[in-house]
Amino acid sequence: MLKNTTPPEFKVKIDYQRCRRCKRCLQNCSFGVYSFADRVVPDHSKCVACQRCVGYCPESAIEVIPNPAAFKYSSNWTPEHRKNIWKQSEQGGMLLAGMGCDLPYPILFDSMLLDACQVTNPSIDPLREPMELRTYLGRKPDSLQVETTKDGKLKSKTHIEQQIKLEVPIIFAPMSYGAVSLNTHKALMMAAKEVGTVMNTGEGGLHKDLYAYGDNIIVQVASGRFGVHAEYLNAGVAVDIKIGQGAKPGIGGHLPGEKIGMEISKTRMIPIGSDALSPAPHHDIYSIEDLRQLIYAIKEATNYKPVSVKIAAVHNVASIASGIVRAGADIVYLDGFRGGTGAAPTVIRNHVGIPIELALAAVDDRLRQEGIRNQASIIAAGSIRSSADAAKAIALGADAVAIGTAALVALGCRVCQMCYTGKCAWGICTQKPELTARLDPEEGAERLTNLLRAWALEIKEMLGSLGVNAIESFRGSRERLRGVGLDKQTLDILGIKPAGR
Amino acid sequence: MSKQKVKIKADAVYYRQLNEQIRKSIADGATEIELTGVNGQRYIGDGLHDRVKIIMDGVPGNDVAAFMNGPTIVIKNNSQDGTGNTMNDGKVVIHGHAGDVLGYGMRGGKLHILGDVGYRVGIHMKSYKDKVPTIIAGGKAGDFFGEYMACGNLILLGLNNTADEPLIGNYTGTGMHGGVIYIRGEVEAHQLGAEVGVKELDAEDHKRLKPLLEEYCADFGLELDKVMDKPFIKLIPISHRPYGRLYAY
Amino acid sequence: MNHLYQKDISGCGLSGIISTTGKLIPAEDIIKTIRIQNERGNGLGGGFAGYGIYPEYKDYYAVHIMFDHEQAKEDAEDYIENNYIVARKERIPHRRTSAITVHPLLWRYFVKVRTERPDLELEDLNKDDFVVKTVMKINSEIDGAYVFSSGKNMGAFKGVGFADEIADFFMLEQYQAYIWTAHNRFPTNTQGWWGGAHPFTLLDWSIVHNGEISSYGINKRYLEMFRYKCTLLTDTEVVAYLFDLLIRKHGLSAKLACMALAAPFWKDIDRMPEDERQVARQIRQVYGPAMLNGPFSILFAHSRGLIGLNDRIKLRPLIVATKDDRTYMASEESAIRTVCTKPDRVWAPRAGEPVIVELDAGVA
Repeated sequence: MLKNTTPPEFKVKIDYQRCRRCKRCLQNCSFGVYSFADRVVPDHSKCVACQRCVGYCPESAIEVIPNPAAFKYSSNWTPEHRKNIWKQSEQGGMLLAGMGCDLPYPILFDSMLLDACQVTNPSIDPLREPMELRTYLGRKPDSLQVETTKDGKLKSKTHIEQQIKLEVPIIFAPMSYGAVSLNTHKALMMAAKEVGTVMNTGEGGLHKDLYAYGDNIIVQVASGRFGVHAEYLNAGVAVDIKIGQGAKPGIGGHLPGEKIGMEISKTRMIPIGSDALSPAPHHDIYSIEDLRQLIYAIKEATNYKPVSVKIAAVHNVASIASGIVRAGADIVYLDGFRGGTGAAPTVIRNHVGIPIELALAAVDDRLRQEGIRNQASIIAAGSIRSSADAAKAIALGADAVAIGTAALVALGCRVCQMCYTGKCAWGICTQKPELTARLDPEEGAERLTNLLRAWALEIKEMLGSLGVNAIESFRGSRERLRGVGLDKQTLDILGIKPAGR
Repeated sequence: MSKQKVKIKADAVYYRQLNEQIRKSIADGATEIELTGVNGQRYIGDGLHDRVKIIMDGVPGNDVAAFMNGPTIVIKNNSQDGTGNTMNDGKVVIHGHAGDVLGYGMRGGKLHILGDVGYRVGIHMKSYKDKVPTIIAGGKAGDFFGEYMACGNLILLGLNNTADEPLIGNYTGTGMHGGVIYIRGEVEAHQLGAEVGVKELDAEDHKRLKPLLEEYCADFGLELDKVMDKPFIKLIPISHRPYGRLYAY
Repeated sequence: MNHLYQKDISGCGLSGIISTTGKLIPAEDIIKTIRIQNERGNGLGGGFAGYGIYPEYKDYYAVHIMFDHEQAKEDAEDYIENNYIVARKERIPHRRTSAITVHPLLWRYFVKVRTERPDLELEDLNKDDFVVKTVMKINSEIDGAYVFSSGKNMGAFKGVGFADEIADFFMLEQYQAYIWTAHNRFPTNTQGWWGGAHPFTLLDWSIVHNGEISSYGINKRYLEMFRYKCTLLTDTEVVAYLFDLLIRKHGLSAKLACMALAAPFWKDIDRMPEDERQVARQIRQVYGPAMLNGPFSILFAHSRGLIGLNDRIKLRPLIVATKDDRTYMASEESAIRTVCTKPDRVWAPRAGEPVIVELDAGVA
C-alpha cells in the first residue's frame, strides 16, 4: 500500500496539567488512537471524533478539534474532495461511508412551518384534554358495513385485515443484528414494548432470546434471506420485504465474515466466519408481478399478517409505490436518500435517490389520485431528526415515521460515521464483545423510551396548537404546512402553499 | 329620589339598550330590578359593581354576569353559555339549567344552579385574598368539570338523577391544581383527570360544606337533610406540580 | 392547483325546526329563531333551507342556481336542457329591499334526468349520481354559475346579508316547510359571496354549520379521493360531501356516519363491549380521514329528518328542545324560545352524540 499522505481529520488535544494518567482514554478508544509512554500520546490520524474518550476522561482533559491544517482555500476543491482523491489514489478502492448522506443538500423539512390556531378555532390543551396518537398500520377497506341486531346493537360485517397498533406513530427502523449489536436490538425491542410501538429486525434475522418481544417486532426479509424461516416470519406482527435502502438504493450489502460469530451465525443461519452477502436485487423479484408472488407467499406462510415493502426513494417512487400497493402490500415503507446505513459506497450514499419529503408527498398524492391510499399505510424514513420532522412528515401524508439514526444517537452514537469499521466505541455498531458490553440494554431502552415519550409530548403539543386532538386529523393535512423560501415547483410537489398565502 | 324597585320590559329590546336602562336605573338608585320578557339579551349584569338585585323570568343571552362584581341576579329559567364569566363578586341564582363554560376564571361570588350544567364548568376558578368562589349545581354536569381549577368550591349534587344517566362527564378535574370539588355520589376512575384524587370528607369538609349548602337550599326552597341524605366524595389535586418530567433542559 | 386554495373561515349561529308529523311550518318561525341570533353573524352571509316547499313539483329535482352574468346562465341552461327535461324554469321570487341592493341572477329549474343523454354510454350513473355530477360540473366548470340546491321538494335561499334580510329579500314568508334550517354567518374575510352562505346542499342534503373545522385539509383530500370537487373551500361543503359519501355512497346509517365524523375517543372505545368496540375501532380505522376535528355544531337536514351534531369535545353550542310534534335545534336556547316559550324538554346534547330526528313513518 502506498504511503498515507492525508492529513488527519482531527487533532486530539490533551491537557497534561489536568491528565492524571489514569489511561481511561486508552481503555475506551476502540480506534487505537492512544498509546502510553510516560504520558498519554495520541495518534491524531486514527481519531474519528467519536467522543468516547472525551466523555469518559474523569478530568475533562481531552479535547477533539477539527484539524486546522491549512488547505489552500477553494470553494470548489474542498478539503473533502482532495482527501478523497488522496485516499483513492493510495488505495484504489471505492470510498466507504457509514450513516446517512452528510452533504449539504437542502433539507426541505427545515423549509416548512406548521400552522396554529388563533381565534377562529381554538387550540387544545394537550396536557389537560385528550390527545390521541394511536395509529393502525395496514390495509383498510374503502367502506364499512355494519348491521344493527334485533336488540339494537351494532355489529360489523366487514373483515379488516390484521393491523399493527402503534401508540406513537414512530417506529424503529430496520437495523440488522450483525450491523448492530445484540444489546442494541434488545434495547430497541424493550423500548418498543414499553412505548407501544414496533422495531424492525432488519435483514439479519431475530435472535432466539428476542422472540418474546414478538408483539413489538416487524421481521424483515431481504435479498440475503438471512435467518428467514417460517417461525421467523410468524415471530412478529408483520413482515417487511426490503427492496432497497435510502442510503444505497439498488446496492446490496456485505457483512464481513469476521463479524459472523456464534450468535450471529445461529441467528442468520450461516456458518461462523462466512461473509454474509446481500444481493442487490431479490433474485425472485425481477418485476412487479414477482413482488406480488413473494408478498402472497409470505401472507400464506403467516396466515395473512400485514406485509410491508421497503423501498428507497428514487425518481419514479410514486408509480413504484402504486405498483407495490396494487401488488398487495399493506404498508409502503419509503426511505429517503438521507437515510442511514452501516456501510455504503460514499458515492451512492451521497448522490443517489431523492429526499423523503418529496418522495412522500408524491407517493401520498399518487395513491390518492388512484383512490387506493386507504389500501396501504405509508411509513416515512430517511433522517427524521426530531419530532418536528416527524410531524411534518405526517402532515405530508405519512401514517408513521421510522427512526434509525435518531434511535442510535439516543443510545450514545456520536455520528462519527465509522459504522463500517466494526469498532464502534459506544458498543452499538460492533460485534466485539468488549465493545458491545458497553451498551447496557436496560439503560438503552430507558433512553429510547424517554426519547419517544418526549417526542410524543411534543407531537401532542403541536396537535394541540393546531386544534386537533387525534393524529388522523393531522395526517395528510397539508393545509397545515407552509413553505418558506421554496420555489414554486417544490411547493407544488409538496402540495403546500408558501407562507403568507 | 327614584324608587328602589323598578320593572323593565325587555321584550325584543336589543341588549345594548337594555343594559343601558339597567345601568341608568342603578344610577338612579334602584336596588331591585325586575326584567320581564328577557330572551337572549347578552351581557346582563356585565361589569356591574353595585349591590343591586336583578330578577328575570326569561332566558338571558350569553355572558350573563360576566365581570360582575357585587349584584345578585336571579334567573327563574335556564341560562345559556358563559354565565359568570370571570366574575369577581356577587351571586347568580339559576332556577333552571346552565350552559357551557360556566364561571370561567371566576374569582369570587356564587353561582347556584338548580338543574344541570354543561361542559367546562368552573374552568380555572381561582381565589384572591378574601375572595373564594363557589359554584353549586343541583343536577348533572358535562365533561371537563373543574378543568384547571386553582381554588374555590365546586359542588355537584345530582339531585333527581336517574341511574342511567352519568352524573358527570369525562376529564373531571383535569389540570386541577387547587380548590376542592365535592360530588354527591360516585365518580368512576376513568372519568377523572390525571391530576385529581378521590378522598372521603372529613369534619373540616362538613364544616365548610354546611353553610354553603344551607344558603343553596334557601335559594331554591330545598331541604338540607334531603341534600345530605347521600354521601359526598371530595376531589382534590394530588400534586401541586402534576407536570413533572414534562420538559428537558 | 389543488393545494393553492384560500380556505374560507367563518363563525356563526344556526337553528332548525322539524315537524315529525310532517305539518308545514310557516317560514316566520324559522326567521324569528335566526333573527335573534344576528349577534352571531356579521351580515356577510345568511340563509335557509326548507323541505316540503314545492309539493306541486315534488318528483322533480328543484335546482336553485345563482349566476354572476347572463353568459353563465346561458352556459348552464345549455347543459341542463341537454341532459334534463325541464318542467319549469323561473326567476326565484325576490323583492327589492333596502338591505340588499346588489345580488346575482337567481333562477330555479324543476327538472328530471333525461333517460337518453349524451354521456349515458360513458358512465353508468344513477339519477342522483348524475345530478351530483351536474352540480360539480356547473360549480367547477361554468364560470359565474353556482348551484344553491338540487334536491327534490326542497330548496336553499341564501345570500350576503343577515339571515332575516335574506328572508325578506327572497319573500320567504310565501313558503311553508316541514323542516327548516337557518344560518347567520360571520365570515372573517370581507368578500361577500352569495354562494358562500349556508346552507350548503347537495341533492336533498343540507348543512348549516357553526365552527371552524381544524381537520379541513385532510377531510378535503379524503373526499377528493372519491372524486368530490371541493370548489367552495368551506368547511360546510366538506361536511355535506362527507355525509353524502358516508350515507348515500357507503350506506352507513346516520348514527354511524355521525360516529365517523365525531368519533369516540380510544380511551372510551377500549372500555366498550366487544361488538361495539369492534365497530368503533373499525370506524376510526376506516374513516379516520373523515373525522371532523375542531369546534363545530352542525344541523344536517334531509327529506326525512334533521340531525344535530357537535364535536367530540363540545367546543360549539347546540341546544335541542321538543314540543308536541316539533323538535327545535339552535346555537342558543333563546332562539328556540322565540317560537316555543314552553318546550316539553330542553337539553344540550353531549359531545359527539347526535340528535337524530326522523319523520314519522308514512309521512311526507
